Amino acid sequence: MIWILAALAFWIGTLLLNVRISHSRFSTTRAGRLVVPAIFGLTILVVWELLVRGLQVPSVILPPPSAIGARIASSLPVLWGDFVQTFVKGALTGWLIGCGAAVLTAIAIDRSPFLQRGLLPVGNFVAALPIVGIAPILVMWFGFDWQSKAAVVVVMVFFPVLVNTVAGLAATDSMQRDLMKTYSASYAQTLLKLRLPAAMPFIFNGLKIATTLALIGAIVAEFFGSPIRGMGFRISTEVGRLGLDMVWAEIAVAALAGSAFYGAVALIERGVTFWHPSQRRQQ
Amino acid sequence: MRSVVPVLTVVAVIVGLWYAAAVGMNAAWVRDQAARSGTEVSFLDLVPQTMTQERPVLPAPHQVAKGLWDGVTGQKVTSKRSLVYHAWITLSATLLGFGIGTGLGILLAVGIIHNKAMDQSVMPWAIASQTIPILAIAPMIIVVMNSIGVSGLLPKAVISAYLSFFPVVVGMVTGLRSPDRMQLDLLSTYNASRAQTFWKLRLPASMPYLFASLKVGIAASLVGAIVGELPTGAVAGLGARLLSGSYYGQTIQIWAALFAAAIVAAVLVGIVGWVQAVVLRRMGMAR
Repeated sequence: MIWILAALAFWIGTLLLNVRISHSRFSTTRAGRLVVPAIFGLTILVVWELLVRGLQVPSVILPPPSAIGARIASSLPVLWGDFVQTFVKGALTGWLIGCGAAVLTAIAIDRSPFLQRGLLPVGNFVAALPIVGIAPILVMWFGFDWQSKAAVVVVMVFFPVLVNTVAGLAATDSMQRDLMKTYSASYAQTLLKLRLPAAMPFIFNGLKIATTLALIGAIVAEFFGSPIRGMGFRISTEVGRLGLDMVWAEIAVAALAGSAFYGAVALIERGVTFWHPSQRRQQ
Repeated sequence: MRSVVPVLTVVAVIVGLWYAAAVGMNAAWVRDQAARSGTEVSFLDLVPQTMTQERPVLPAPHQVAKGLWDGVTGQKVTSKRSLVYHAWITLSATLLGFGIGTGLGILLAVGIIHNKAMDQSVMPWAIASQTIPILAIAPMIIVVMNSIGVSGLLPKAVISAYLSFFPVVVGMVTGLRSPDRMQLDLLSTYNASRAQTFWKLRLPASMPYLFASLKVGIAASLVGAIVGELPTGAVAGLGARLLSGSYYGQTIQIWAALFAAAIVAAVLVGIVGWVQAVVLRRMGMAR
């Protein structure tokens, strides 16, 4: 009972604190914008811990954060092995191949308006389909190891990036293109100096969507068969053994990896498209 | 209308490539069989044999179409072999989850725009959660809910709801914030209350954003429901069809289930798009 009351008290306390901070002038500063969500995240962890202890939730249903932290600390080598297998080999390789192929294909079909009008609706259609479903087929074709996961990722990221790149290459208006023509610029020059830079915000939009898809694809593909390592493999086997603390540890690693991946792409985007209005610093 | 011919051409090319790939990939098995029986196969004999295998590496398009047709019309709707039966199980979880996720998402978005503390504490986490592979949690939700006695439709719907929740929150917050300063000032010169501002300005202005999110959300819901069926060990639903097909090497079954899922997704997105067109036209916002 005392745990539950403590959880309630902590929750109300941090809630009031957050309300106060967000209505003060501090919240408009950079630190304030970090502190408020940080307190909220901390609140969730503490209340989770206290409630699990107070209500005596069995750890096969929901382990407390402290147990998850201890599990992460004690099984770092396993987690690292899974991370390398799923993220570095599967997701990252697939992401690089898929995004590269998509951008090159987009430039190729850009030269033909016929293909553009034909391929874009098909691409849009395919991008909305549950492509995760092709995982069993690709696992059959490419074997159980990371190559099949990379293949799933390639197919999953290809269409969103393709659709965004094609839309981006059409983003320049005819006045700008006419200007390039009056300079007698060749197709390659127009592409490199005008249209690709103008397409960058769109391309990065696709690349950012693809980061999440890549990790999802690599993990779900492991549910259809994998060697005895990898995040998806670990999650599905540990769930079967009711080792929920290990499952949560993997989820924490996946969350960190996913956020870091997205953040890295967003940072590159800021460097490449510094001129775009959406990157201007907010007043 | 202008794009009908190009689209048809592209689709025709894809089908053509598919047939060529089917011949190429299935040929190895035919050659093996021929070598085992000590006969030679010419190319003209080879092609028809690659089209009619029981378990091809890559089924030809007409085999998949036949599998799909048999699955839909060949069985009684209640039969365990009917794709309609499996699609309905997946679809019901999708729709339930989509309803829950959309409802909660809109409620949270309303809270976020009216409460500054909530905005500053929840919104960064909502955005960060987009970068997390949420599907990783799917098997855990299934097993945990099963262990406390909840099984069947609801666990899958929870995963669907989770996946459609955040697109709706993010889109709806953007939408509810889309009225500009001038419009808000006009309402305050009318002495409109917060509730009136919400109902008469913010909510109508958010509709295009809401529908854009709903299209993303319903496709994500379907993926959630399919993935939610994987860890239950192949009982029913399109995900279970994929999994059992992968266990027993029934490639045609996998492809048929895959196309059934694709058709369901296309129909769902199409319905949302149609509702969007009707609603926006009724509200005078159609472009």
